[in-house]
Amino acid sequence: MLIKRAERFTSNDVTDPALYLSRRELMAGAAAWALLPGASAAALPAPAPLQATRNVGRSLNEPPTKYEHATTYNNFYEFGVDKDDPARLAGSLRPRPWSVRVDGLVQKPKTFDIDELLRLFPLEERVYALRCVEAWSMIIPWIGFPLAALLGRVEPAGSARFVEFTTLLDPEQFPGQRPGFFGSSLDWPYVEGLRLDEALHPLTLVTVGMYGRVLPNQNGAPIRVVVPWKYGFKSAKSIVRIRLVREQPATAWARANPREYGFYSNVNPAVSHPRWSQATERRIGEFRRRTTLPFNGYADQVAALYTGMDLRKHY
Amino acid sequence: MTRRGRIVLKLPVWAACLAPLALLAWRAATDQLGANPISFVTNTLGDWTLRILLASLAMTPLGIVLGAAWPVTLRRLLGLFAFAYACLHFSVWIVLDFFFDWARMGEDILKRPYITLGMLALLTLTPLAVTSTSGMVKRLGGRAWRRLHRLAYAAGVLAALHFIWLAKVGRTDQYWHAAVLALLLGVRLVHWGVRAVRRRRAAAAAVGATPSAASRP
Ligand code: HEM
Repeated sequence: MLIKRAERFTSNDVTDPALYLSRRELMAGAAAWALLPGASAAALPAPAPLQATRNVGRSLNEPPTKYEHATTYNNFYEFGVDKDDPARLAGSLRPRPWSVRVDGLVQKPKTFDIDELLRLFPLEERVYALRCVEAWSMIIPWIGFPLAALLGRVEPAGSARFVEFTTLLDPEQFPGQRPGFFGSSLDWPYVEGLRLDEALHPLTLVTVGMYGRVLPNQNGAPIRVVVPWKYGFKSAKSIVRIRLVREQPATAWARANPREYGFYSNVNPAVSHPRWSQATERRIGEFRRRTTLPFNGYADQVAALYTGMDLRKHY
Repeated sequence: MTRRGRIVLKLPVWAACLAPLALLAWRAATDQLGANPISFVTNTLGDWTLRILLASLAMTPLGIVLGAAWPVTLRRLLGLFAFAYACLHFSVWIVLDFFFDWARMGEDILKRPYITLGMLALLTLTPLAVTSTSGMVKRLGGRAWRRLHRLAYAAGVLAALHFIWLAKVGRTDQYWHAAVLALLLGVRLVHWGVRAVRRRRAAAAAVGATPSAASRP
């Protein structure tokens, strides 16, 4: 069950949005700055504030990564492969109007309008660790509601075993989906997936905001999932469809490079990626590497999902 | 070439090779290295190591194509700058990235092919930097020195592979760099081929005749 606090969470508990705003305006003022990496996000208007109650029981007690870093250092290939591409190019994404189709093996398939979703479920704030497969990590105060609540509405059929997430396919809005000289970086649309029990786990969050604000485009607006015990790419962004299926979905990265990216992709310091040792990570904003924790520190809550599984094989 | 001419040629090379470092220092001083400064510095230094290495490898082919002698006079300077950048790139990895965690670094050198390749590229460049002085050219003798310094191409290939291996799906700049390297090697191979054919023809023609100009090395 959710642990709720009576007091309204204000974003001041994390970082005062006014503070990052004034910083961003300052940055926009400096003309030369526009040419520098990480700064171009200043060109985008700051998202509107979003109220949510902090779920203390599900939140880490750690200082969040700077908003400025969390919104300028992103992997979101729909905008481009470089870390600063999403912040630079995210203006082309239109997060309204937006709807999400939830269907497949369910009793009550339904298309939800984004604003309807925001009204249907009470929003909570959760401070989660985000661990990228590239061996860096952030602490982010997300705003959203458990995926289990949404799936409950559509009533999964007994035959459903997996949940598949599909990101918007629209090369007009996503420049990274236009083929380049060497073809496309990934097969679009981006597809991710979870086992049904992982999807129903109370940590799995449908996310619509962060840092007390509506989700910025470069972070997966208007709606994404956040699965904090898995590498970041498992948390699909800008979702238009959630489908319950019988077979394990063919996910984007596993299709692109099955040897490097498995379906489960649980954060696991003992299983190294051919390119990055996963034993350590760099927390953005820190100097020294930290040791990476099994399941990104969520082992006590999720390890039971995998009892009896060889996680070296199911990486 | 006159002393003055050499200075006029080399000054821009010094400026161009030091500019990326100056920019990096300026960014560091003004907090503009982005969210992951260590990665930014590593990558910037790696990029410039490769670019300058390619520039040094371009001088001989450029001389061939232009039929000019001046490009070759810049080769050593560019090569030494490439080596200096490689050393900085490597030092950042040791000091900032791993903070002297020798066990982890050793493991990475053995287990991550891209690190192995980078290490080999640096090791290949080292004897070239050491023997880059005029004194060393004399001591080794021109022939042996030239043969040793062909390793520069091996270093180029290793560096290009290092980049291809580390670059993630979707990136393309690694292939462009490899293509430039292939082009530079291609010019040399064609040149060697043409020279070998000419030499053989000249040798054939030389039976009973005086050596022709084409047989000059
Ligand atoms: C001649 C020698 C070398 C050259 C030309 C070179 C070149 C490069 C290039 C072009 C990059 C990619 C930059 C980018 O992503 O834009 C890079 C990254 C990197 N190099 Fe090197 N490198 C060399 C030697 C080394 C050595 C000796 C090491 C360490 C043992 C090393 C470790 C790295 C690391 C850790 C990265 C970053 C990889 C990542 O971001 O995941 N390199 N290097």
